[in-house]
Amino acid sequence: MSTTPHVVKKSRPPKYVATRNACKLCTPLGACLALRGIEGALPFLHGSQGCATYMRRYIISHFKEPMDIAASGFSEASTIFGGEQNLHRGLQNVTSQYHPSLIGIATTCLSETIGEDVAQLLHPYEAALEGADAPVLVPISTPSYCGTHIDGFHAAVRAVVEKLATAAESRGDHFNLFPGMVSAADIRYLKEVAADFSLELVLLPDYSDTLDGPALDQYHKIPEGGTPIAAIRSSASASATVEFGRTIAGKATAAALLHERFAVPSHRLGAPIGVRETDAFFEVLEQLSGRSTPAKHRQERGRLIDAYVDGHKYVSGKRAVVYGEEDLVVGLAALLAEIGVVPVLCASGGESGSLAKSIAEVTADLDEPIVVREGTDFMSMADEAKQLSVDFLIGNSKGYSVARQLGIPLIRVGFPIHDRIGGQRILHLGYRGAQQLFDRVVNTLIEFKQQSSPVGYSYM
Amino acid sequence: MADILRERERQVYRKGAQPFQLDCEKQSVAGSVSQRACVFCGSRVVLYPIADALHIVHGPIGCASYTWDIRGALSSGPELHRLSFSTDLRELDVIQGGEKKLYAALCELIDAHQPKAAFVYATCIVGIIGDDVEAVCKRVSREKGIPVLPVHSEGFKGTKKDGYRAACEALFQLVGTAPTDGISPISINILGDFNLAGEIWMIREYFRRIGVEVVACITGDGRVDDIRRGHGAALNVVQCSGSMTYLAKSLQDKWGTPFIRVSYFGIEDMAQSLYDIARFFKDPYLMQRTQDLVRQEIEAIMPTVVEYRRKLQGKKAAIYVGGAFKAFSLVRALRLLGMQTVMVGSQTGNREDYEQLRELCDEGTIIVDDSNPLELASFLQEKEVDVFIGGVKERPIAYKLGVGFCDHNHERKEALAGFAGMVNFAREVYGTVMSPVWKLTPRKRERALPKEQPE
Repeated sequence: MSTTPHVVKKSRPPKYVATRNACKLCTPLGACLALRGIEGALPFLHGSQGCATYMRRYIISHFKEPMDIAASGFSEASTIFGGEQNLHRGLQNVTSQYHPSLIGIATTCLSETIGEDVAQLLHPYEAALEGADAPVLVPISTPSYCGTHIDGFHAAVRAVVEKLATAAESRGDHFNLFPGMVSAADIRYLKEVAADFSLELVLLPDYSDTLDGPALDQYHKIPEGGTPIAAIRSSASASATVEFGRTIAGKATAAALLHERFAVPSHRLGAPIGVRETDAFFEVLEQLSGRSTPAKHRQERGRLIDAYVDGHKYVSGKRAVVYGEEDLVVGLAALLAEIGVVPVLCASGGESGSLAKSIAEVTADLDEPIVVREGTDFMSMADEAKQLSVDFLIGNSKGYSVARQLGIPLIRVGFPIHDRIGGQRILHLGYRGAQQLFDRVVNTLIEFKQQSSPVGYSYM
Repeated sequence: MADILRERERQVYRKGAQPFQLDCEKQSVAGSVSQRACVFCGSRVVLYPIADALHIVHGPIGCASYTWDIRGALSSGPELHRLSFSTDLRELDVIQGGEKKLYAALCELIDAHQPKAAFVYATCIVGIIGDDVEAVCKRVSREKGIPVLPVHSEGFKGTKKDGYRAACEALFQLVGTAPTDGISPISINILGDFNLAGEIWMIREYFRRIGVEVVACITGDGRVDDIRRGHGAALNVVQCSGSMTYLAKSLQDKWGTPFIRVSYFGIEDMAQSLYDIARFFKDPYLMQRTQDLVRQEIEAIMPTVVEYRRKLQGKKAAIYVGGAFKAFSLVRALRLLGMQTVMVGSQTGNREDYEQLRELCDEGTIIVDDSNPLELASFLQEKEVDVFIGGVKERPIAYKLGVGFCDHNHERKEALAGFAGMVNFAREVYGTVMSPVWKLTPRKRERALPKEQPE
């Protein structure tokens, strides 16, 4: 069995210059999302008012939760003379209204293009603000013309760690976990797993409560929950860092920073989606904790494989288009490959340069060719899918137009899910997440076949 | 009481207590978390429903991503408006300029989709990197033989209202470029309805029944060729005056077409609008037909409306919308349902709008300009509101606090205009206000159950 030859990465140039129905968002959106996962933090955009409003709207439509993003609100004058005054006044106003413990200041295309150096602009302000109540200010460079939202997400995690991580005299027992852009349910699951291994965890970011919180009596200016700032400070003295994402290997991530500056050993893992990728995660947990996997999780694994057996004939040989952030695509492809579905087109708007290699690593079970596309969009995906006789799509809700055009089902995962409720509660990770994804894939295919039957049937 | 930024204190008014003063039409205060978007947003929402035009966003990807298929603006034919096109500028383009990319993108997309016109939206950085969008548009227009119109919608150059104006300027260039043969003297253009949930089809049907020809819908279910002959209409009928008055005035100046303001929301305003149009044409038969239509329609819906009013009597509503003009209709429609508006605000209202709202509302009503989540949340709590009427960004504030919500914005799937729309509106308000789920939420539960039971 070969490991790579079946993966085809077509290198012909894209047919269109324009991006048509983008399969990506702009960089600062990812930063805002990550910042929401820090206790008492507020995202702040250095740019036009519209950026904040559009991103709020986009995030709200997925989570159905309040999402406040402040903006310096550039005017023509600030664009010509610089946005320093707006930045300072904006920070003063949000500080007086929200009393945040941390403000993450992400740049936009506008502030980057006019050459604003936010870190520099913050110095006088920071000096004037010193005191117990002063928020920590974290500048994050997220020009919208470089990378996509996932790069902004990782950049924010790194910037926050860079600002806060503080060397300690001795190394602690805790470990850092940087899961990347996962759902609120995924985060809750990861916390449960760590607790089951009796591992103390610094999980960054943690928006499992802030973006999936309870109904309230009084409005909370900043929702409760998130990674405590003290915990992020302690990330420098952790026993290890686990960071999910095969395609971010070798990039300047938070784990890389902690390794370089504080010699925190780092484990690079694929997002634990499907049995094999989850096994790799649990192996690391066993190593870190010195314990074997608790019975509860061994049982979940056992049930999952039993379910794979029960359902395998309904999915065997089916062909899927998988799209979204690159590391989500890799994880989903890993799961599909191990149940016998061919992810015939693996597509992303991102351009890490390592998607094809990562897909090859996780789909070694398959002989059929797989087309891998970086930097693509939904219309190109639809054009390509038409040639590939595809059975279903799996990805965020923005693939709806393609699914509708092709007349095949869409299994909604990831972010955003704008046309359904509960996107934040979809579990992707671990044996439990794989169980839920598998059940959905099988049942979607059964339902599609059942609905297409002229007479219907009562047993699968 | 609300925690209001000092710079914003003059943008909140409570009817009764003080002499009327309300600051408005200002740039949002930095860091205030305004619910407003930007110039680009204003242009994009207005032009969006033109279904046979190509809409391309010139800039980095975000602005195109966030506005893809964003409005429920339906089309009876082509659906080119539902696709999202962007030049997706990258670092190298920022350094070297984006004109070549824009030119190539326009040419390939026009060849592929054969649109009747193209709108090119300039976003924040386009001017800064030195792109001459106007020149590219002229060149492509010449080469492809269709109007290619630049929309000067750089996000930072003002507020959403400036975006409306940029959209109107682009539309103004289209009107008057096609022959007007065969247009009836009793004819109108519909300005400022965006055909959300098919509303413009309901309104057009009323006009058909009373015998008024509709020349162009600007922009709901809009078509380029109709807009091009829009100067042949006898009257411009303007809803959403915040966005479209500028175009109506420009058309009046250039083509002498008079305009009137209308609203299709609520029974009173819908009927008034039809009467105003009928009166304009000074045709007794037209007026008779209008009276018949209004009578028939009201007879058909009143029993249902009365039933809802019985159940909703005394409930309290809050309104926060983009343009203040819509708020007038909503206050009246809610009153018809026996409900009181205790807070009303808008993103872009002007002084006259707010003055009119003050006259319309009861004592104690909060009137607010360019509000934000913290203020809105505090108003909802203070006034013990039963239903909040707004858009996507207002919804989670209401829901988090256990307050009902009615979407009166772009994404709505329920037609709320016209006479039938009044019933839909009542049904939607009823469905949320009277839902049993509130009994389980902390806010209502605590009110019903005292915290400490006396021994």
